[in-house]
Parts: sequence; structure tokens; C-alpha cells
Amino acid sequence: MTITIGAGPGLSRRAALALGAAALATPMLSRRAFAAPTELTMLAWYGHAEPDIVAEFEAAHNVKFVPKYYTGGDNMLGLISQSPPGTFDVILSDAEYVQQLNAAGYIEALDPADYPFDEFFPEFHKFPGHWDGDTLYSVITRFGFLGVAYNTDALTEAEASTYDVFWDPRLTGKVGHFDWHLPNLGQISLLNGNPHPYDIDEAAWEAVKEKTLSLRPQVGGFFDYGGTFSSLDNGQMLAFAGIGDWITGTLERNGAKVRSVIPEQGGLQFTESFSIGKGSAKADLAKAWIQYITSAKGQAKSAQMAAYPCIVPNQKGWEVLGAENPAEARRQGMVPGAGSAIDMIRTGRIQYRQLPVQQSLEDWNDFWSEYKGA
Amino acid sequence: MRRRLSLYGLTFSLPLLIWQLLFFVFPLVFLIALSFWTVRNFRMQPDFDMVNWTTMYGRAVFWQAYATTLTLAAGAAVLTSILAFPVAYAIAFKLSPRVQRWAIMLMVIPFFTSYLVRVYSWQVFLSDAGIINVMLGWIGLGPYGLLNTPGATLLGFVTLALPLVVLLQLFSLIFIDRTLIEAAHNMRCGRLRTVFAVVIPSARVGLVIAALFAFILSFGDFVSPIYLGGGDPTTLSILITDTTKSGQQWPRAAVIALTMIATLMIVAYLAVRFAYRGRK
Repeated sequence: MTITIGAGPGLSRRAALALGAAALATPMLSRRAFAAPTELTMLAWYGHAEPDIVAEFEAAHNVKFVPKYYTGGDNMLGLISQSPPGTFDVILSDAEYVQQLNAAGYIEALDPADYPFDEFFPEFHKFPGHWDGDTLYSVITRFGFLGVAYNTDALTEAEASTYDVFWDPRLTGKVGHFDWHLPNLGQISLLNGNPHPYDIDEAAWEAVKEKTLSLRPQVGGFFDYGGTFSSLDNGQMLAFAGIGDWITGTLERNGAKVRSVIPEQGGLQFTESFSIGKGSAKADLAKAWIQYITSAKGQAKSAQMAAYPCIVPNQKGWEVLGAENPAEARRQGMVPGAGSAIDMIRTGRIQYRQLPVQQSLEDWNDFWSEYKGA
Repeated sequence: MRRRLSLYGLTFSLPLLIWQLLFFVFPLVFLIALSFWTVRNFRMQPDFDMVNWTTMYGRAVFWQAYATTLTLAAGAAVLTSILAFPVAYAIAFKLSPRVQRWAIMLMVIPFFTSYLVRVYSWQVFLSDAGIINVMLGWIGLGPYGLLNTPGATLLGFVTLALPLVVLLQLFSLIFIDRTLIEAAHNMRCGRLRTVFAVVIPSARVGLVIAALFAFILSFGDFVSPIYLGGGDPTTLSILITDTTKSGQQWPRAAVIALTMIATLMIVAYLAVRFAYRGRK
């Protein structure tokens, strides 16, 4: 028997039923497209889960990031330790804290083959702290340098090219500190000529303390993330220790007369890397995110993050950035050749920021409190 | 009948009791226990060790911060009370009931805005290139370093406490027996002398409680010392963040917090005792 639908050609009952079933099944087949987005929790510094970075990934994977932002590695460790396992799917960490995360069992082991290490500069293939033996726990996504941040109306680049500028009488009461002992004391350690600023013996540590205390009369304040931005932006502080382009780059993009320079005594390097939280129920999506943000395209996006810019370890990411935004690539030193970011690392001008080796973290922190109260 | 009365009383007192147990006593007990815990490799471990108390109390920076915080909070309480009194007095005695209601509403409005925003807005006035220095520049003065100073911190404390202190003072002034003031005037007591001899003693409880609130709010404030004082000098609230920011030293932060709570309880006890002295 043949039934006729409308004016069209004849359609068998079987075909009509199949068509109806297909029509009914269509929403089920494309359910994911209509489903509510999957929530992916991210523990990170501010900016990493903002639309300029995650919007494309969210649309492609029907995901909605739920960020929890922190300021500082200890703050991050505190947040994780106070949360049940599986709370955070993706965790961003500075390199010195990855080992703490791993030791505490907060992050999953990763398969290196899943990530584009072959596109990374060789220096980042096996970055210290991200591996435990041959097991990978975190994939580097960005890094930056810490040097002397300065107001370009008050100082020339040549003047700012030494940490000694902090003691310049013109800057009395105008030197600011980013309120964290590790970068500040690391810089004084570099100024004192320690080739490995965090691996120093007792005599060198005493010398670092003495030199730091001599800077106290110059200091106008100790600032958190927001305070650092505003005091540089309004010209209240004319030079800043403990920070770099991750702060001044953002301000400079918005027209502030500030800049950072790596001084002759060398600079410090911080890194940011992604891990998958232990017990995450969405580990596959978390992996997809890390793959995306460490790809050349994701890296170019990450380098230009609205919250704060950074250098990226993916060579192909440099190429994409150079094509998309050559001015920013030049500004951040992501153009291959002499004077580039990678060149500075290779010529030994940059040392990794890390936890103190021969003293306890408590020793450094206690001294920092005493310095602030001096 | 007796049983019914106690059930009636419990109905009203039990929620308060439960509230205090849940949100004051239990957290306080936990804080006390926490102060004896230890931290190893960034992880807190239940323990019974005096090390946090001996370490914190043995450090000069702790006592410096304590003295700074106490001085600033006391200064803020005195300054806020002095600034608030003429306002509260004028509202209580000089304005019509209709205008009084408007004035009270104006005192409440600052609470609609975030304290952090109000403090940040002071930076626009106090910075080297800010409004105050620009205006001083017009008459050939300055610029003066106003921001990132203890004075700026004090200003932030006043910003925080002033509306509340005005309201508390106002409510004590409004209920003063007016016949006492009239009697003072009839006995040829001058206006100023009436204020000091009649008004202030009559409103003493409210004035002291208002000052106490200013002290409490300022003593624990973190925002002004950071954003107006530039974190210099260190206050106890800053010291708490310092200890937690590096090495997860929450037990040491608990020692500071408990010291602050004890200080506030002592100050509150002394203030209330002074306020009610001579009263039956």
C-alpha cells in the first residue's frame, strides 16, 4: 500500500515511519548542542577565565567556566586544602607551587603526549617543578620576567636598568613593593651578586637582609595586586620592586607612563602552568582546555590577555602572535633574535623565581614582616 | 503556669542562644584550638603546641603592629566622636522632625555604597596629583604626601565609622530629658556649658558606645591601612594576611586574631563600665 503525502511522490508507510522516527530522534542526536553548558571549574589568577580568553573554547565545547580567582600561591593552596576533592577541574599554578600541589595529592598525572611540547622552546620541555621524575603534573602556559618597574616621566630606561635606582634620593618615599617576599628578596639577592638568588648560604642571606633593610627609608608602601596598579597608574609610586611587565604592560596598553626593564644584575622569571585537579569528574574537558590554551592559537590569545600580558613558551604561538599583533609581539620580546625573551633566558640574564633552598620559607616571610614593620 | 512562662521565654531566647553558639562560641573554640595546631609542608596538622604563641609573642613586629593598631583605632574613635557630635547635636536639637528624618536618611545612605569604593575614592583626593594637592597648588602650596600615610589610614577609619557614630550619638541625644536643658538655661547656664555639664553627661552611655563602635570597626579594618596607608605601618589585620599569605600559617593568624578579640573584649568591658559608672 502506498500513501500519498501532499502533492509529492508516493511514500511508503515504512519510509514515512522512518522519516517520523528520524524527526523525533533529531533533538536527541543533537542534544549536546541544545543542552545546558557543562560547568568547568578553574582555580587561577584573575583573567584566565575571562571571555577574551575562554569564549571561543566555551562555544566550541559547550562549556561554561566557573572561575575561582586567587592572589598568590599560598592563597591558592589554602583554597584547595579547604575544598573537597574534585572541586576544581583546572588549576593554574606558579611553578614553585606545583610541587606542593603534587606532594599534597591535589593534581593528576598527565600524559606528555597529549600536549604540544614539540612546539615549545626546548627550555620548557621539562621545566623544573612540573615533573616528578618522568611523570608530568603541569603544563607551562605562560611566563614573565620581573625587574624594575618605573615611571617613564621620572626615570629613563638607562637609570632604571639597575636595582640601585631604588636607593636614588629622588625616589625617597616613592618606591613601592609588591607585597610578597619572594620576588622582592630575590631581586635584592640578585643585586648582591648571588648567581642563584634563592639558593644562598647564611652569610649571603644575612647580607640580603642587611641590604633590604637599607632600602626601607625609600619605601612609600607595600601593595597588593589592586594597590600596585593604582599607585603606579596615579604616579604615587615612581619605581616598583617585585613586579614586571605583567603589571606595567597592562597599564602601558592603557596609556600610563610606566614600563619595566630587566636590570643589568638580571631579572627573575615566574611561570604559570595548568594542571588537572585530582578527582575531577571532567578531566577530559580539562585536558581539552589545556590542549587548547597551549596550542599556537591559544598561546597567541593568552599572550594578549586583557587582565595581564605574558610571554608564551610555544614557538608557533610566537608566529601566530607576530602575524596577529606584531606590535605586541615586539613589545613583549616575542620576536626571535637577539634581545628576545628566550634570548635573555639563554644568555643567563634571567633566574627562576623559586622557594628558598637553604632557608625555610618561614625565615623569608618572617624577615619580610620585620622589614615592613621596621 | 510556671512551665508555660519558661516555654514562652525559651521561644524568644533560644534563637539568640543558638545563633551565639553557632556563630560565636563554636568558631571561637575552633580558633583557640587552631592556634595550637602546627603547619608542615604547607599543611595544617591538629596538634597541641605552644609554638605559635611563643613565636608571635616573641616577635617585635607583632608588638609594633599591636601598638600601631591600638593607637590608630583609639585615635579614630576620639576623632570620629568629636567630628560626629556637632552633627548629631544639630540634628537632635536644631532641626524640625521632618528635616530630622531626612538627615537620618542621609546618614544611612553611605552604607549603600561599598566601603572599598569609598576608600578608593579618597585616593583621587589624596594622591600627589589629586584634588587636594591641585587646589593647594593654586595658592602656591604643596604638593604634600597625603596618601600612604597613617593620617590617610585614620581618614579611612573615620569614613568607615562616622555615619554609624552620628546615628548612635543622635539616638542618645534625642532621648535626653529636655527639661534638664531648660532648667540649666533657667539657671543662667551658657549654651556651651550646658553642653558639657548637662547634655554630654546625660548622653554618656550612647556617646561611649558610639566611640566603642568606632574603635571596634577601626581596630579590625584591613581596607584603609592597605589602600590609604599603603600597608605602612603594619597593622594587626595586615599581619594576619602576611602570616596566611606565606606558608599557610593559619595557626599564627589565629594567635593574632585571638589577641585582637581579647583586646576588644577588654576595651568593650572598660568602656561599658565607664559608661554606666555612677548609674543605678
